[in-house]
Amino acid sequence: MTAETADTAAIPAKAGPSLGLLRFAEAVSIPIGALVVSALLFALFLVAIGKDPLQFYQLIWTGGFGSSFSIQNSLQRAAPLILTGLAFAIPARIGLTMIGGEGALVLGGFSAAAIAIPLVSNAVPPPLTLLVMALTAVLTGGLWVGFTGWLKYARGVNETIASLLMSYIAIAIMNFFVEGALRDPASANKPSTMPIGDAYRIGSIPGTDVHWGFAAGVVLALLLWVLMSRTTFGFAARMTGGNLRAARAQGLPVGWLMVVCCAIAGAAAGLAGFFEVAAIHGQANASLVAGYGFTGILVAFLARQNPLAVIPVAILFGALAAAGGVIQRRMGMPDATILVLQGMMFVVLLVSETFYGRLKLFQPKATGQRA
Amino acid sequence: MDNALVTVLIAMLGGAIRVSTPFMFVALGETLTEKSGRINLGLEGNLVLGAMVAYAVSYLSGNAWLGVLAAGGSGIFLGALHGYICKLPRVNDIAVGIAMMSFGTGLAFFFGKPFIQPTAPRLDAIPLGDWTGNPALAQALQVNPLFFVGIALAVFMFWAFRNTRWGLIVRMTGDSAASAKAMGVSVDLVRFLATAAGGFLAGIGGAFLSLYYPGSWNQGLSSGQGLMAVALVIFARWDPIKCIFAALLFGAAGALGPSLQSIGISQGYYFFNAAPYILTLIIMIISAGSKAAARDVPGELSITK
Amino acid sequence: MTLTAISRRRLLKVGAAGLAASALPFGIARAQTNVVLGIVYVGPKDDFGWNQAHAVSVESLKALPGITVVEEENVPETDAVAKSMESMINLDGANLILATSFGYYNPFVVELAKKYPDVTFRHAAPLWNKDKDPANAGSYFPYLNQAHYVNGVAAGLSSGGKIGFVAAKPIPSVLSNINSALLGARSVNPNATVQVIFTGEWSLPVREAEATNALVDAGCEVITCHVDSPKVVIETAEGRGVKTAGHNASQAPLAPKGFITGAEYKWETIYKSYADDIAAGKTPPNFLVGGYNNDMLRTTPYGAGATPEAIAAADAAIAALVAGAPIYKGTLKDNAGNVVVDKDYDNYDPYLDGMTWLLEGVQGSIT
Repeated sequence: MTAETADTAAIPAKAGPSLGLLRFAEAVSIPIGALVVSALLFALFLVAIGKDPLQFYQLIWTGGFGSSFSIQNSLQRAAPLILTGLAFAIPARIGLTMIGGEGALVLGGFSAAAIAIPLVSNAVPPPLTLLVMALTAVLTGGLWVGFTGWLKYARGVNETIASLLMSYIAIAIMNFFVEGALRDPASANKPSTMPIGDAYRIGSIPGTDVHWGFAAGVVLALLLWVLMSRTTFGFAARMTGGNLRAARAQGLPVGWLMVVCCAIAGAAAGLAGFFEVAAIHGQANASLVAGYGFTGILVAFLARQNPLAVIPVAILFGALAAAGGVIQRRMGMPDATILVLQGMMFVVLLVSETFYGRLKLFQPKATGQRA
Repeated sequence: MDNALVTVLIAMLGGAIRVSTPFMFVALGETLTEKSGRINLGLEGNLVLGAMVAYAVSYLSGNAWLGVLAAGGSGIFLGALHGYICKLPRVNDIAVGIAMMSFGTGLAFFFGKPFIQPTAPRLDAIPLGDWTGNPALAQALQVNPLFFVGIALAVFMFWAFRNTRWGLIVRMTGDSAASAKAMGVSVDLVRFLATAAGGFLAGIGGAFLSLYYPGSWNQGLSSGQGLMAVALVIFARWDPIKCIFAALLFGAAGALGPSLQSIGISQGYYFFNAAPYILTLIIMIISAGSKAAARDVPGELSITK
Repeated sequence: MTLTAISRRRLLKVGAAGLAASALPFGIARAQTNVVLGIVYVGPKDDFGWNQAHAVSVESLKALPGITVVEEENVPETDAVAKSMESMINLDGANLILATSFGYYNPFVVELAKKYPDVTFRHAAPLWNKDKDPANAGSYFPYLNQAHYVNGVAAGLSSGGKIGFVAAKPIPSVLSNINSALLGARSVNPNATVQVIFTGEWSLPVREAEATNALVDAGCEVITCHVDSPKVVIETAEGRGVKTAGHNASQAPLAPKGFITGAEYKWETIYKSYADDIAAGKTPPNFLVGGYNNDMLRTTPYGAGATPEAIAAADAAIAALVAGAPIYKGTLKDNAGNVVVDKDYDNYDPYLDGMTWLLEGVQGSIT
């Protein structure tokens, strides 16, 4: 089936296939229309500051998708963003604004690198080591964000603020160990944990330069889409997100649902941290704090919290990051150019939310306009 | 050791006064916005853009206070944009806030490039502690006028929310849009104005960063202070006076790490540096969940539902 | 940036794409006539510090014939830097890559150098290992601690000898600057001390200002630093009425009253030599380090804070360093009482690259 069901399944399903088709058309054309509008607005901005918009968009294409190298560049950069996008999207479906993905990624990556130290020194086979590392990262991330979910449920602590604070604390914990007890003495000027070594590094997807984190992100996005739109759990979670009081009245285990959704989110971000360590750095250090958790928030919003839509949006963001370098090099524009473009896209896409259910084109003739 | 303790306490007092002002302005702005029933998570964007604009205008005009005003103006621009977009049906104000944060920061970085190098005229301080004869204390009591403006504003807001027609209208809009409508109040207009005014204050907070302390413009200037200030509002239970105390506490906690190192305690400095975050989290956990807490929340606020 | 530069790059791009696809060992031959220099910065290139020092130096190369410079700023030490460098190679035809941040080297520069053997990679830290690392990679690094030693000499004679040091992280390159500043100050004033505060981050303006204030409150008369952008530290110290010594780039204009002098890199010496080598068809040296003795450092012109004795002593110290006088010599203890130096060390001795101690006379701890 198609992606639109994720957004509409909470609405009583009296719809026929034609309504489904209309909804799908709406869910696809509004965001694309918004992207086009924001691109035009940004073109105006470029003209106003005396730059050539045609050259700009041509370079975005060249840098993001123009060649096999550029495509792989975009996909590689998208890999952590899929996972951190999911980390924001899943709690959002249950109504929680959880922005702790950054902290879970950092701690997940750190714990994976830490557990690898005794395994590598005892020559445990790489596949087993990587499995243990991945599980540790998932568990750490899950517990870290799950705890924030529990605070929300049990103590009523605002989850947005708490998860932000927890991210700062997570980074302090990582730095404390990386520069202290777990520091590899050889990592002189860049304090890091002991490297896992090339034999333990997870490679690229065969035939590409893209690491396995991308594949893992795609698979997890599919699984979570099934979970959220095709299972009782997902239905209960979305119902809680739609109307908390009604969900309670229905006797749904609201607190448990919240904690599990947050734990899933933390696990996804923790997994992103695992891939940063196992595929890229080979050790944990301050480079884990790269802002992927925060970019994931933008990705999830643009994807309207739909796990499947997270994939193309993350690729789009990866492509923008990849093209940002080309823009700097060829047009002499500052790196903040892409930030402005992203900000503009984000604002316009949010404005476009208001058109859902209000454009005549996508309304079935019988039912007319919905509020 | 007593001497060392005094050093740390004076440093924390000084830190509280120096570091707290941007938190104060952003938190007061957010309090006003949230009291009207809307949340603007994007004040970090206002803060950073305000810092850049203030520095640029101060440099170009030679007048730091003109820079402060211009920063407020840039804050109104972002705040009004937020307020206008949120007026549209089905638009999530938290999402718009995050979008404005990214948009405002991007604009500030993009247009701020030429202003990193120059030295702009800065705001002056009022020396309040020269009579003490203690240089450290005298330094701690070098106070920027904006600090007092912030406190006066908090007292005024506290009074105005209770005792003026405008204050009542804002609170009513925030507690129940339906009853505000029934009274003939334009909910959208009130929220639009409250968000724009909140944006103005956050912009001023940014001006303090670039024109007084630390008194310079660069891309790493804020390090999330606008986000933390929004957190302080919930921590301060939407009370302007408590916002002041929260900001002071946060500033003092931030001075803890460097001042402990200055008297020779440097073990685990990462945790001392993270003290403000840990402290805020602990207080939130302790204070949340109480009946009193639930009572202070504006009823229309999406973040608390 | 001129239009002709852009169109030249466009032409190059086509040529380079063909090169990369055919993967012929063609790059070196090409490099003799045309240099496409790609440089990556970890922060904004106008940060009044580390990145700016590089950007200013590379700017001076742009005017030279046969050189095209492509720059990318704010590139984090993640796979983003690998992809940025690779994109410079694939899309711009870069044949000389300068990676200017410490964390770029391993694994990113090393792995990319293996993948693109025809491209010359040079990294700004003494990390290249001729036994392990690819032959087309390499390192360059001026030992700034020599200039911090000179800072110490000038500071020791321009004040009572109490120096405050705002430092980012307790890593060897930072510790070396702190220790050298102390040794410089002690060479002219045996009672001199250096008090250090670590901020924990390379750039955190508010905490840097707090640290500066804490040091001044603790009685320091001169403030110097090792953070990415010293602007805030120098301006805050100037505002407090104490003297300052700079780091990375010139901060003299920021402190008209109290500026003594500053430790600066002279990257253009290195970049110019690379460009000359490539123009002459030679491969640039794999390992290029230096200091005052080979014109890789400079001392900021003395400011109003420097006393005449300080200027004389600092100039003498520079002359001695040019002649190869060691900084770490004799028997030195760390501030926990262990002997860490028991003989004279050459200023480029690898032992000093790995220091994990603060000398006796430095107040502060690295844990």
